[in-house]
Amino acid sequence: MKVPTDYLLHLADNAVVLGQRDAEWCGHGPVLEEDLALANISLDLIGQARLLYQLAATRLGNGATEDALAYFRGDTDFRNYTLLELPNSVALVGYAKTDMDYATTVVRNFLYSALMVLVWEALQDSPDTDLAAIAEKSLKESRYHLHHSADWVIKFGDGTEESHNRAQAAFDHLYPYTEEFWALNKFEQDAIANGTGVDVKTLRAAWESIIKETLDQATLALPTTKGHLPEGKNGRHSEHLSFLLGEMQSLARQHPGATW
Amino acid sequence: MNKPALKDWPLWEVFIRSKQGLDHKHCGSLHAADPAQALHMARDVYTRRQEGVSIWVVPSAAITASNPDDKGELFDPAADKIYRHPTFYEIPEEVGHM
Repeated sequence: MKVPTDYLLHLADNAVVLGQRDAEWCGHGPVLEEDLALANISLDLIGQARLLYQLAATRLGNGATEDALAYFRGDTDFRNYTLLELPNSVALVGYAKTDMDYATTVVRNFLYSALMVLVWEALQDSPDTDLAAIAEKSLKESRYHLHHSADWVIKFGDGTEESHNRAQAAFDHLYPYTEEFWALNKFEQDAIANGTGVDVKTLRAAWESIIKETLDQATLALPTTKGHLPEGKNGRHSEHLSFLLGEMQSLARQHPGATW
Repeated sequence: MNKPALKDWPLWEVFIRSKQGLDHKHCGSLHAADPAQALHMARDVYTRRQEGVSIWVVPSAAITASNPDDKGELFDPAADKIYRHPTFYEIPEEVGHM
């Protein structure tokens, strides 16, 4: 039994896009130890993306490769959650620049890894055994990402006035984007229908309790969502993804097929 | 945002036990806000290439170290007491390698 290939691409695109965002801190981390920690997380995510792209490429055939899927698809072909492509800063238009904000990075990693711990746990039992094997490996990594980010959420929230305010602002900005997790689309429904995918709606209560418990410890308030439903996984993205891909894909497109 | 946090973070000494090793060996130090974070950071800084299977972190302030200036009086007197090495004993065959 095989999971729909779009479902694999969705998981892969999530990982590669967040891996790219986290990698923006490489060499710019707030302290040396955190610089290394975040680069590790970024490399875990890119590793997950590679496994998923390789599997998708094998199943697509016709000469598809992991590089072609990562570097030669346009923004509207990407199936990642909109949450993951947003800049490491407060809300901005696509070309604007500002200082990166570590609270934004940490809160996003927290919201996503809390979901992925539950998703990978469930996918370990997928009858698509290739996907199940990737889930088993990724679960350990995502558990670590959740520990790391939750630890910082608590330190920031329960820290100084400035760190508290920044963490709260990051939650207020990012939390509404998590609505996209729960709105099942075609490939998710197909994956549920043939038994290979997970129905994320069944994970929602567990996800919310992870979020709530950490926010309580961090003395932060749970933001409200306001009805906007992002549709990144359906290929309708914010302007930020194009800029991210522009940077990520430019080298491969300028030197197609280049190797080390 | 670029104010160094390190000034407020204590220093920790990191000890790693490798897969084959029986003992934890000192491998370096790092700054962290608390013990749990020091462990996490030690994992990220010192075990990225599968160096270890167990980590200890110890506040550097908890270590009392000998003074390098006392090296002479502490260690030189042992230099001419080779009889403290048990190299003058006949080891019976059946004991094997010691």
